[in-house]
Amino acid sequence: MRVRVRHTKLGKIRFTSHRDTARHWERAVRKAEVPLVYSAGFTPRPRMSFGLALPTGGESLAEYLDMELAVAADAAPPDLAQLCARFGAALPVGYEVSLVVPCEPGSPSLQEDVVACTWQLVLEGVSHAEAEAAVAATLARPTLLVERERKGQRSTDDVRAAIEELSIGVAAGDPATDVLSGTSVLDDPRPHLCAVLATNGRGLRPTELVAALFPALDPVDTTARVLRTHQWIERDGVRREIIPAHPFAARTPVECA
Amino acid sequence: MTSLWARIEPLLARVQKPARYIGCEDGAATPRHAPGKVSWLLAYPDTYEIGLPNQGLQILYEILNERDDAVAERTYAPWSDLETLLRQRGVPLFSVDTHRAAGEFDLLAFNLSAELVYTNVLNMIDLAGVPVRSAQREPHHPLVVLGGHCAFNPEPLADFVDLVVLGEGEEVIGDITEVVREWKAGGRTPASREGVLRALAQVPGVYVPSMYDVEYDGPALRAVTPRYPEVPAMVHKRTVADLADWPYPKHPLAPLTEVVHDRLAVEVFRGCTRGCRFCQAGMITRPVRERPAEQVRTMIANGLRNTGQDEVSLTSLSTADFSGIEQVLQGINPIGCGTNETVTLSLPSLRVDAFTVGLAGTVAGGRRSGLTFAPEAGSWRLRQVINKLITEEDLYGAVESGFSQGWHRMKLYFLTGLPTEDDADTRGIVDLARNCVQIGRRHTNRASVTVSLGGFVPKPHTPFQWFGQNTTNELRRKVQMVRDTAQRAKGVNVKWHDPAATLAEGIAARGDRRIGAVMERVWRAGGVFQEWSEFFRMARWDDAMAAEGLSIEWYVNRHRDEHEVLPWDHLSAGLHKDFLWMDWQAALAEHGLEDCRWTPCYDCGVCTGYGIEHVVASPVPPAGGSQGTGQDLARGGEVPVALLPRRRELLADTLSTADLPTIGAPVTAAEPAEVSS
Repeated sequence: MRVRVRHTKLGKIRFTSHRDTARHWERAVRKAEVPLVYSAGFTPRPRMSFGLALPTGGESLAEYLDMELAVAADAAPPDLAQLCARFGAALPVGYEVSLVVPCEPGSPSLQEDVVACTWQLVLEGVSHAEAEAAVAATLARPTLLVERERKGQRSTDDVRAAIEELSIGVAAGDPATDVLSGTSVLDDPRPHLCAVLATNGRGLRPTELVAALFPALDPVDTTARVLRTHQWIERDGVRREIIPAHPFAARTPVECA
Repeated sequence: MTSLWARIEPLLARVQKPARYIGCEDGAATPRHAPGKVSWLLAYPDTYEIGLPNQGLQILYEILNERDDAVAERTYAPWSDLETLLRQRGVPLFSVDTHRAAGEFDLLAFNLSAELVYTNVLNMIDLAGVPVRSAQREPHHPLVVLGGHCAFNPEPLADFVDLVVLGEGEEVIGDITEVVREWKAGGRTPASREGVLRALAQVPGVYVPSMYDVEYDGPALRAVTPRYPEVPAMVHKRTVADLADWPYPKHPLAPLTEVVHDRLAVEVFRGCTRGCRFCQAGMITRPVRERPAEQVRTMIANGLRNTGQDEVSLTSLSTADFSGIEQVLQGINPIGCGTNETVTLSLPSLRVDAFTVGLAGTVAGGRRSGLTFAPEAGSWRLRQVINKLITEEDLYGAVESGFSQGWHRMKLYFLTGLPTEDDADTRGIVDLARNCVQIGRRHTNRASVTVSLGGFVPKPHTPFQWFGQNTTNELRRKVQMVRDTAQRAKGVNVKWHDPAATLAEGIAARGDRRIGAVMERVWRAGGVFQEWSEFFRMARWDDAMAAEGLSIEWYVNRHRDEHEVLPWDHLSAGLHKDFLWMDWQAALAEHGLEDCRWTPCYDCGVCTGYGIEHVVASPVPPAGGSQGTGQDLARGGEVPVALLPRRRELLADTLSTADLPTIGAPVTAAEPAEVSS
């Protein structure tokens, strides 16, 4: 039985990598004693697949993974709400498992399915007015060239099309607002950059966006905090979240002792 | 006493692998500091990846945090990128648990397992904002503590540390905590530092270097003498009598990021009596104390449940010698997790024989990553000298067994620069490897053997402590000879350690207090992470020795004579110096010595001196267990585990008459015993 899991990654554990997160899940599944289907072959691995990598150092309210539960043919279907709690208890502090739902039959993999992500970036060393000006200037441009290097290849790309939305401050009525309270990000007085970035093709990373907005500044120093709030898919021309967050999701402190 | 997290956090976006600095591991404690509690910062002077799996640190961390009067946190050496940022922004060394400044702890305790990290110790003390020289510290500074194997010759670090702990820490950390607690309660008044150190010097197992005067006679050491009557002239190591009383760690740390040994480790025994003469670990950790097999099983089951790991490593100095091994292995998978996954078991430090490889094949499941053996020397003659009593047949049997069970890569560890080694011995390394490849080719065309060659560094408290280390040029010549010979041997690859790093290790290993100034110079010249080749520069060591007017030849390459005062003579691992000297003479006479676990006692001094005994669950060696010790290999044999007085004299007699029973001559087994396969 294939299930899709939505979880957060907040606080100190944001400094672990995408590969580390996979490791945390493998261990959590064993600790929670949840039987998974294993791959065949010499070194069997549990069948789990992860969505788009979150950059190391970035936080998220909306991370996803798929896993294949081993369920005997004559057994009752597993209680997914209970599974949610068991995973939550087995994971390091900072992960909160929001929902576990059955996968739609025939649904594509997370990596193929997601078309865009919404990000909140806390800016450092930039005033609100400077941030507003940079956003306005960027939106007015027909093209936006960034020079970047991936896998040793230098290239200059026009990334304007990857920027679907861009604004300063938290968008009004954003469902992330409620969920966010409790982390330090929203309380932060520094300007917040809210961006919806397309993920198709090579996409645009949050720090690359900051580099493009403020070419004179160091993007790492300027990006104080990165938070992914939504991952979007499209069905019948309508955009929606992969799994909408539970509006009353309980909050727990996210920093370690 | 506040968290530095807010100042550290922005730096972590700029460094490699920031997960090394966040703590938050499964098994991490939730330290609660209080004025009445003694706070320990347990430091590993190497990177997080290397330090986190360290069992000693994890054990002490847990024992201290269980106490009402203590709290313990951890720290590791920050990598150079973070260190640069910390220094730029004036942020001190911090704990990974609550990100508290290192200088705020009562004790800063380093675990030392290798000599080349000594300069990292200085660097971390300095990063903590604490004066590197102990004489300059004030009452508010932490007490700097050293422990671990290298503590048995701490003299090169004597000027930088306040106290040194010899031997096993489980009990002595409690004793130290109590002394420090009283000192804190007394308000740490000015000049009270001297008082607490004097009190600590009376705790058995604790050595306070500043309580001793060192006299020299030209380059030679004349004496190390206590400055006060209550300070012991000889400091003896601490030893836990029964491992069953210490089932730690109960909550092993499961790292959030990749580390060198990412698996559950369960220690099955401590100590080793195989008596390899080059091996400091085997000498200083005697006697053998096995953990009851049932406790091992419980620790595996709990550890897997708490960490979610899928691999267990049974650790010891020679795990196939554990008499409870089969009991533990039986049904190991049913005690794994409630998933349909199997648990992989790994057995490090394998003995070289077919039986052991069979065991490894059974437990490795489908995984066949690589198999490593340590014959250590290229000829039977030289293996008798070093008392690593592996015959060629043992090795070939093990290799045959490995290749036939699906392995196609083997690694063989060798030392070069051993006492009495000649070129035929050195070239014998390649002969052994070539023969192993030929055995492998009968099973797979992919068969290959990697020879890993290390330069031998004589270590304190071993029979080879008197031996003059080979010069760097001589080691280079031998490495080159092995490489040249191996070029003509298909399937044999050679890897080697840098002989210059071996020299630096030699300076530290048998150095005296004068080497401290050399350490400081190397550190101040930027020499940290010296075991990492990208950071190591021999010129820093040459320059520092020259600047201090000290001779490398004198410290490293010179043979010592029987009556020389050695820098660690006032520190005891329980081994009688005359036993070690006798064993050194036996080595030069090419005589091997049997394992005393299952044969009569040689009176090395440890059991008799400390009133402790081997704790071995079975009086019968495990199948193949006495391999190389002259006993019957196939079935084991019942032999009394009794102390026979003064066997050493017997040894001396046989040495003089040159009829010491050589290895290979069977020792009569009183009663054949059944050993299940």
